[in-house]
Amino acid sequence: MTERTDAIVIGAGHNGLVCAAYLARAGIKVVCLEAAEAAGGMSAPRAIGGKYHFSGLAHAAYPISRAMRRDLKLDQFGYAAGPAIDTVALDADGRHLIIGTNRVSGDGLEETDREAYPEFKKQYLAFTRALRPLFDNKPPRLKNMQVADTMTLGKLGWNVRLGLGRESMYEFLRVAAINIYDVLDELFADERLKGAIAADAVMGSAMGPRSPGTILTWLQRLQGELNGPLSLQSGDRLQLVQALVRSAEDAGATIRHNAHVARILVDNGKASGVELSNGEVLNARIVVSNADARATLSTLVGAPLLDAMFANRVSQIRGSGVVAKLHLALSGMPKFTGLSEKQLGHRLLVAPSMKYIERAFNHCKYGEYSEQPVLDIVIPSMHNDALAPDGHHVMSVNIAYVPYDLEGGWENQKQPVADKVIAQLGQYSPNLKSLLVEHELLTPRDIEEQYRAVQGHWHHGELSIHQSFMMRPLHGAAQYDTPIEKLFLCGAGCHPGGGLTGLPGRNAARRILELGAAK
Amino acid sequence: MKIDREHFRQSLQRTPFHDRFDEKSTSEEWMVWNTYKVARVVDKLSTEYFAVRSGCAVMDLTPMEKYRITGKDARAFLDRLVTRDISRLRPGRVTYVVWCNDEGKLIDDGTLFQLGDNDYRLCVQHHQLDWLLISATGFDVHIELETHEVAALAVQGPTSYAVLAAAGIADLEGLKPFDAVALRLKDIPVLVSRTGYTGDLGYELWMEPSHALQVWDAIFGVQGQYDIHAMGLSALEMVRIEAAFIMPGFDFNTAEATVRNGYDRSPYEVGLGWIVHLDKGHFTGRKALEKEHSRPPMRRMEKIVVDGNKPVGEAYIYDGKNGKRCGEVKCGTWSPILKANLALADIEYRNGRLPTDLWARIEYQRELKWRSAWAACEVRSKPFYDPEHRRATPPARI
Repeated sequence: MTERTDAIVIGAGHNGLVCAAYLARAGIKVVCLEAAEAAGGMSAPRAIGGKYHFSGLAHAAYPISRAMRRDLKLDQFGYAAGPAIDTVALDADGRHLIIGTNRVSGDGLEETDREAYPEFKKQYLAFTRALRPLFDNKPPRLKNMQVADTMTLGKLGWNVRLGLGRESMYEFLRVAAINIYDVLDELFADERLKGAIAADAVMGSAMGPRSPGTILTWLQRLQGELNGPLSLQSGDRLQLVQALVRSAEDAGATIRHNAHVARILVDNGKASGVELSNGEVLNARIVVSNADARATLSTLVGAPLLDAMFANRVSQIRGSGVVAKLHLALSGMPKFTGLSEKQLGHRLLVAPSMKYIERAFNHCKYGEYSEQPVLDIVIPSMHNDALAPDGHHVMSVNIAYVPYDLEGGWENQKQPVADKVIAQLGQYSPNLKSLLVEHELLTPRDIEEQYRAVQGHWHHGELSIHQSFMMRPLHGAAQYDTPIEKLFLCGAGCHPGGGLTGLPGRNAARRILELGAAK
Repeated sequence: MKIDREHFRQSLQRTPFHDRFDEKSTSEEWMVWNTYKVARVVDKLSTEYFAVRSGCAVMDLTPMEKYRITGKDARAFLDRLVTRDISRLRPGRVTYVVWCNDEGKLIDDGTLFQLGDNDYRLCVQHHQLDWLLISATGFDVHIELETHEVAALAVQGPTSYAVLAAAGIADLEGLKPFDAVALRLKDIPVLVSRTGYTGDLGYELWMEPSHALQVWDAIFGVQGQYDIHAMGLSALEMVRIEAAFIMPGFDFNTAEATVRNGYDRSPYEVGLGWIVHLDKGHFTGRKALEKEHSRPPMRRMEKIVVDGNKPVGEAYIYDGKNGKRCGEVKCGTWSPILKANLALADIEYRNGRLPTDLWARIEYQRELKWRSAWAACEVRSKPFYDPEHRRATPPARI
């Protein structure tokens, strides 16, 4: 049986849903195919032991932009940013720092640092704002530039020169491509503070604070903060995914679950539909893939249908996951030395200094996991009782750095990694181990398998300079269209990259509509 | 592969036939071809030229780059590599192919031999391993350079069939153009293909290096009955222009080595549009070539006969005598057999059309003094020299 629709979106991750919703709202008949049982991709709900609920991989995120909320009527469909949370930079001696969007406090913090922090945030948010035209639009093509591209670059130039002002522009140009280690060292004295900021700049990337380009990844992350403070993605409601599903369906899109796309059908250089792994064929005017660009082009399309150099460049896209996820089911509330019960609702960070992060990173370069990893922890049940049985709690931990390709293989090393992290958590929370009911560790390999992200990379490819903007995911496919006519990309592998922003999905939809491709 | 650690002591490699060429060389005109020392001229250019056109000439082909391509996806890999539809290629057959980069610009040409199931040999003028490996991404294919493991000899000219038969190669008579079969010369296994770069009847012999001299000696063993000459690359250059065969790297710049914008060429532009099959399925550069094909031609390599007998050398071509410059000669020769001044020239089209009144401005010397002269050019659509006897099977035993 073959069916025909206007557009097929592969993957109901949030970018796929955003893209589907935008397309559907423009009157295009959309079918969104999700391989898993539930929509949401990396932020789809997940449970262990049947009664402990988590939000997949994404446990904290920034709010969705006002424009997208308005365009897709997300608020009307139940979207609200999760509870705003601060960051607690954990200290082994209990002298923790509490870091908010524009204030920092804590034991032993020097006055100069306390005053410098809001200034720093102000300046970097200004840089981020200046970059906004670049993130909000398709990356400009440098050759055969279109009017829209000239506008984007014009706005960017205007923002950088006039929006920032002369002094700030010089500073921006100085730091834009360098590493966050040097910059933070110039500005702050407190190791805990520097560690906490640097951890956010590198989390999810195969980079340490001293890697070039870590200011760029930090600015990329700060894009979200322009929409509001960091907020918890709590596990049962998953309002964003739900609102996106409702918005897309309200506009007429169909979302099919357990529909695993085996290949993209290409007819004489044009995408004509997809074939599911059960053999079912669906035809469409266009195919939009929210899957990793490597998986889309190398596997779903395949090298034989691509030009040689392009296929080769696809195979060279860098992006090997370095973050594992640990889910803990706890029979009671964990106690953290030096933290009040209320403070347990914040994000807790084990990244006591930039050197600590850099050392943790060293291991993964050699295919080893870090003995002293960076940990990014939330306890969603502090905000939402429904996530665990009465009195019980769930804890979600991002662990960096854990390599995709572990020396000696993953078969026998998953448990030791989980045990070590649990023991490490025990240094901050003495009662944690006694509360442990159950746990689940997702290594980058598991993430690849379960979330179909090549090599388990959160962002479908490193957010390095050579894979950003008009080079993301690679040149020849950086404006969301690909060398295969009628095949588009809309995932995190595209500009402006990963994170729960929906921007790649929205930019892709706008590009498709601008090209009139689905008509 | 065994690496000869002393290789650096010898700046140029010697082919397995080197000793024989060395014995015959009176001119001592050597040149470098793909790290090998080969003859430019062995004895006299005119003797070698006329041997190809009216007798039999033997040339060393060993330096040709040869790649063995095997594996489950070998066919699919080659199909995606080359512009030509090779679906009818089968074991025992050879086909002439070109390949392009993603932008549809020519990288190189070569002859593709199908030796068996999933077993191919690609013979190329220039080193191509890097491009082949780039193209191999996503294919289950094994590519091996076998240039140094296969000795090769071209035996070309109207009497080449008679010579090889007399030398002891059995079962040669049924070999059609672009056939390639494993035969024996006495008891020596030799792969014989009816291929060549001369535009005449001719064969290419592929063998193990250890058999090279025996094969050579068997051929030259019948020299008493036939006019056989060892030939260098200078004579080959003359005859290949007569046959209007283009040479990558000389007549056009190969794409992946081109730095300047617009200096590379597409198959259409060098007159090889006849082996671009846009309907065959995907191949590298197809999209770009499709686009080019739908537009009026910008330029073409044209076969021109230039008036007079002054060799055209590196002349410009003009649209009308004293007119606007519209092209340049890429290679040219005086053809003794046609008594004509031949050239291949890269001509810019005007509004999609070939200018009708072409003139070459020839710079030449008289007793070391430079002069220039205008010569009218006549465009030919067919190869300059294409004798009937080239195609006959079995070939005439003359």
